[in-house]
Amino acid sequence: MDLIRLTKVKKTYKTGVTAIQDLNLKISKGDFVFIIGSTGCGKSTLIKMLYREEKPTSGQIIVGGIDVGRLRNGKVYKIRRKIGVVFQDYKLLPKSTVYENVAFALEIFGLPKDEIHSKVVKVLELVGLKNKIKNYPSQLSGGEQQRVAIARAIVNGPKLLICDEPTGNLDPNTSLEIMNVLEEINKLGTTIIMVTHDINIVKRMNKRVIVLDSGRVLKDYKKGTYQNENI
Amino acid sequence: MKTFRIIGRNFRDAFKGVFRNFSLSFASISCITITLIVVAISIILSDNVNNFTELVEKDVTVVAFIDNSLKDDKIDEIKDKISVIDNVDTYEFKSKSDITKDMRDSSDVFDSIMKNWNDEENPIQNTFQIKVVNIEKINDVAKELKNIDGITLVKYGEGMVEQLVSVFDVVHKISIGAVIALVLVTAFLISNTIKITINSRQREIGIMRLIGASNLNIRIPFIIEGLLLGLLGSIIPIIITIYGYSSVYKHFDGYLFSQFIKLIPPTPFVYITSLILVGIGILVGMFGSWRAVRKHLKI
Repeated sequence: MDLIRLTKVKKTYKTGVTAIQDLNLKISKGDFVFIIGSTGCGKSTLIKMLYREEKPTSGQIIVGGIDVGRLRNGKVYKIRRKIGVVFQDYKLLPKSTVYENVAFALEIFGLPKDEIHSKVVKVLELVGLKNKIKNYPSQLSGGEQQRVAIARAIVNGPKLLICDEPTGNLDPNTSLEIMNVLEEINKLGTTIIMVTHDINIVKRMNKRVIVLDSGRVLKDYKKGTYQNENI
Repeated sequence: MKTFRIIGRNFRDAFKGVFRNFSLSFASISCITITLIVVAISIILSDNVNNFTELVEKDVTVVAFIDNSLKDDKIDEIKDKISVIDNVDTYEFKSKSDITKDMRDSSDVFDSIMKNWNDEENPIQNTFQIKVVNIEKINDVAKELKNIDGITLVKYGEGMVEQLVSVFDVVHKISIGAVIALVLVTAFLISNTIKITINSRQREIGIMRLIGASNLNIRIPFIIEGLLLGLLGSIIPIIITIYGYSSVYKHFDGYLFSQFIKLIPPTPFVYITSLILVGIGILVGMFGSWRAVRKHLKI
């Protein structure tokens, strides 16, 4: 069953630059998909449209049954609650502890304290940070900070996890650790879409790979078929 | 339960927000404090002027002198005519013997002069003493009284009363205008100060949006933070109002410059003024936050 369906999507910015054109794409529930392509090929625009940071100029984007393009600004939170997003720069609150950063995502929904505590501890255990619960982001390494960001993104139990170059700032070993965490999350049933420039990771993971070029799908490799691509 | 939890969390976050960004919060609080002090002074001045005007207005009496030769039935006729004049509040007949008695009671000098007068010698005239509803139209009442047959003279301190009332009216209007202007200026000033606070927390708002916080979810903690800033900012102005005004009142013994200008007693006046100050502080703080956070929401 499709979790995401894009039909004839086009995105032209106010500056006149067309980032995405005539894009058709289907992503099934439980998939792990890499999106790769050279700088300016439309990767970031594509995922921004998925979590409705940008609106498509034309075409239709359905995520988890919601027509994202038609969502009014005041209702954007509806889709955001179904999606977790992880960024290259982690976007953590520097003045809050690891626990507070993750709990933040649950507190705004008014969950009881006990439930928040058990969910946060469980998710921090999953990303391997249970022992750093009281640390502040500045006391953590880049990899650990990224794991906090992942924990925050998945603590709500989203159907979809979008990762925008999550390993972009990390060394190869730490990157692999992050990928292992993401693989674990995927095994639990969360669909993952990851934008990356790191071909080694893409090769090693053996997942579905979508190559974008000038805002179109250049190639769509099924799981295990991607070998090499010059990007 | 869920709503209470969300409200509780919002208050906790608002407290954290105030103390974690203390330097900027301090700027907002100082801004609110200074303006509320000026607002407090304006309110105290304006209310005292108002009070004084009311006292003067209450004191002003139109005196209609009546020909002493008139008989009781004619006096009753005049009384009926006065009762139907527009703008008349109360009226009272005072005979020349009543007035003489009052005057003798009020001063030893009068007493020594008047005690030997008999009824024929007494030059004082019978009067009607009339109070009006609207003092600005006192002149019309005086004119109508003059037209009544049997009334020989009408006096009410012409000119001076009207002038005094119109001066007080201007002072009162200016002070109300000043309070309104000050409140508006504070609202925008605070809004700008809070805007700086919120700009420094753009990242926080961005993250909140990202994890699915609705605009209301984002707005409420900041609005409560504005409420707290307003509350904290009104503490010093309230202390100044309560202790400052009470000691001024005590120092001048309730009168300013002369026995003529009576000050409003501190209780409950200072408490009502304090409530107004808290109200203004809270509203202005909340409005400032609401306006500042709006910019960062895609609405």
